[in-house]
Amino acid sequence: MELTLWTYEGPPHVGAMRIASSMEGVHYVLHAPQGDTYADLLFTMIERRGQRPPVTYTTFQARDLGGDTAELVKGHIQEAVERFQPKTLLVGESCTAELIQDQPGSLAKGMGLNIPVVSLELPAYSKKENWGAAETFYQLVRELLKETKAQEYKPGKWKEEGRRPKVNLLGPSLLGFRCRDDVLEIQKILAEHGIDVNVIAPLGASPEDLLRLVNADANVCLYPEIAESTCLWLERNFGIPFTSIVPIGIGATKDFLEELHQILLMDKLDANNEINQSRLPWYSKSVDSNYLTGKRVFIFGDGTHVLSAARIADEELGFQVVGIGTYSREMARKVRTYSKTIGLEALITNDYLEVEEAIKESAPELVLGTQMERHSAKRLGIPCAVISTPMHVQDVPARYSPQMGWEGANVIFDDWVHPLMMGLEEHLIGMFRHDFEFTDGHQSHLGQLGGHVKQQEAKSSTTIKDSENNLNENSVCWTSEGESELLKIPFFVREKVKRNTEKYAREVGCKEINGEVLLDAKAHFKA
Amino acid sequence: MGGATLLKETGPREVFCGLTSIVWLHRRMPDAFFLVVGSRTCAHLIQSAAGVMIFAEPRFGTAILEERDLAGLADAHEELDRVVKNLLARRPEIRTLFLVGSCPSEVIKIDLARAAERLNSQFNGKVTILNYSGSGIETTFTQGEDGALKALVPLMPKSEENQLLLAGTLANAVEDRLITIFQRLGIGKIQSFPPRQSTELPSIGPGTKVLLTQPYLTDTARELQNRGAEILKAPFPLGVQGSELWIKAATDSFGIDRSFVDSILEPLIIRARKALKPYIEQLSGKKLFLLPESQLEIPLARFLHVECGMELLEIGTPYLNREMMAQELDLLPESTRIVEGQHVEKQLDRVRAHQPDLVVCGMGLANPLEAEGISTKWSIEMVFSPIHGIDQASDLAELFSRPLHRSKLLNREPISIASN
Repeated sequence: MELTLWTYEGPPHVGAMRIASSMEGVHYVLHAPQGDTYADLLFTMIERRGQRPPVTYTTFQARDLGGDTAELVKGHIQEAVERFQPKTLLVGESCTAELIQDQPGSLAKGMGLNIPVVSLELPAYSKKENWGAAETFYQLVRELLKETKAQEYKPGKWKEEGRRPKVNLLGPSLLGFRCRDDVLEIQKILAEHGIDVNVIAPLGASPEDLLRLVNADANVCLYPEIAESTCLWLERNFGIPFTSIVPIGIGATKDFLEELHQILLMDKLDANNEINQSRLPWYSKSVDSNYLTGKRVFIFGDGTHVLSAARIADEELGFQVVGIGTYSREMARKVRTYSKTIGLEALITNDYLEVEEAIKESAPELVLGTQMERHSAKRLGIPCAVISTPMHVQDVPARYSPQMGWEGANVIFDDWVHPLMMGLEEHLIGMFRHDFEFTDGHQSHLGQLGGHVKQQEAKSSTTIKDSENNLNENSVCWTSEGESELLKIPFFVREKVKRNTEKYAREVGCKEINGEVLLDAKAHFKA
Repeated sequence: MGGATLLKETGPREVFCGLTSIVWLHRRMPDAFFLVVGSRTCAHLIQSAAGVMIFAEPRFGTAILEERDLAGLADAHEELDRVVKNLLARRPEIRTLFLVGSCPSEVIKIDLARAAERLNSQFNGKVTILNYSGSGIETTFTQGEDGALKALVPLMPKSEENQLLLAGTLANAVEDRLITIFQRLGIGKIQSFPPRQSTELPSIGPGTKVLLTQPYLTDTARELQNRGAEILKAPFPLGVQGSELWIKAATDSFGIDRSFVDSILEPLIIRARKALKPYIEQLSGKKLFLLPESQLEIPLARFLHVECGMELLEIGTPYLNREMMAQELDLLPESTRIVEGQHVEKQLDRVRAHQPDLVVCGMGLANPLEAEGISTKWSIEMVFSPIHGIDQASDLAELFSRPLHRSKLLNREPISIASN
């Protein structure tokens, strides 16, 4: 048993719903009790979808459990097939139905339906949403392609056939981060290089489209969390190679294009000439970006977006990554390996409170995270940008805002730097608050949390308490001069400086902290 | 009982389970914690229904069952004890802990009553541990509150005193207002259940007369009755009429003179009717379809029909307790179509066939209906908004007229600039 106050990922059947809802002509019969229908609102509210997810819930009740739940399941399957006329049926169960072991998948297969039936076994007590999505997509592709004979894969076959190379874009799905726009951006870039798109799946694909997957010269694995298992299977069974680089950021987009050219046996590409299609490199170089230098950034989210964000932060914006982690267990190894290269220990957890602690500990100036880190950062008074699911409705913007490709890099520059501008503004407000022209009501987006309390408030809040709150012989206190020196320190590092100073004071046996001790401590920790 | 047409339907349902009521219960009693013993689905459900989480640590959580718990590798009760101890060590301010049963915990038959008993003896009065079920196989949405309150009834102290007890969670402001009105009417002692602090339970006994503020407290009402209280028969306090009858059920039973009661309520009623008027203009004659979810559907429909002139196409309700709803049904016109239970697909077919002006439905269905050009109102809003009482009648009407008003605003003929 694990105590969970909030979870980054839903159960695996929600992942299956993401695949079904992303596609056309697929229906999902989910053996589940009433209440599990809440999952519909993820699609209709967060994604603002105008259609219900194509899901029939059996909504069994306690009184059904004494009787024949298998008949109930079959009834719902029959009705769903008649009403929705799907081209392919997914059948599975949620956590509760898994316990009563009706095996709805086998029941469906025994009903003699004249459409392909994919039986989903998604262990609800050990796996989570992204795994469920990946497994569903993989099982679906496998089922549909089981009759398709493997032809010998010839790299560069497109040349022999006198056509342009074509690729599949795999992984975009509903409730993924900015998938809708990423797909458009990648299609645009590929078109510029004379590469056609064969199938995009699961987003917008029909079962017939999946049958055409094997016609591609390569697979582009856009979101490894969702599509890697399918890409591996297509490679193993049909020899179709797939890309390993996710094109988020300038460097990654460039590497991705070069990798794809190589896989497709196209002429070697020097994508360096293309990066000026994005404004990120120049904006980052421009003189007013100087203040971005060495900004401390904390990154948490799904594996793909975290790895991409870390590379952009480090290589393209000149930030300093001070904390990194993911909730994706499946991506833990990759994230750990990467974090070692930048001298950090990755945080792999599903506990948002642990993430919040890690943020506090590393005292970043910018947090890149999920909607939960946005809340944590708000509480801590630190600017934040959302880079990964889970997301809220405001992370599904009306405007075109991809993360991938050249335009994605533009979007990322704006999304990450704007909160920092406001962070800078916050600091300026703190600096100028003594000027007589300064209006008391002037606050930035961080509101009261920004750390610049009015001078009177700061004074009347009496002495700053020892942050460990020990009232034993180890306790230290701040002189009023020490306090006012502390208040001059930018708010985003003030807590850390305070803690360090107190730690230093305790170490050297100093009971009263004044301005000099503060400077001593600063020098001590720099050394 | 009125001549409403009562129908039953079975099939796939689209309703929340009882766990959802934790979303408002934990706010009502800030010293209580709700620990669901369930799965990741349960945790995901509550956080999705609660929307964005804006607090550092919520007062609800899920002890998620894992493979080893199911495979018998870990003793579920030992595991639960461990989780509870850690939780209470972390949150020392918690006075009452509700262990909430879920679909999986019911199916694998984890005996939460036994767990609560055991933990109670371990915590020795410092924290009270109770249990109830919010599972979807047994409860819908608001029934979770019924379960939680029922669990609290045995702890209520005994009292012979004559008093009025308001049962069911209300918004604090509305509760204060209703209490003020009852005091003005001369009722001396008025208490609320659930209380604002879980440890300050109201007393109960033969002198207690209970007014239910919410229509979903079937089991709680029975338990209160078993403790000697009298459940007053009245419609629910939604709208001017419902609230007036509800208040008068209490004043009558306390033997307060009707003409005095009228003299107090009259000005409130006149003011409320005045405030209602602009909304009646917007709502009157409009066709309303209510899908089942919160159990408030029948009282809401009664208000919107009788006081606001809306035409009722169908009232869906998750379940129908005729005794509880008797006074409501009496106020509904002959031939009102009430459907108990649900076949969501067939019901949506009927919605499309009738083209209502407004549909009251759950969050999963609202946008798809809007996309088909049908205005909607979320039923979950009714359990969060201050809508009870005479003074709130116009606010309640406003909730329903806003979507109609908006659709009118967005569908205006464009103003021609070249007017000549």
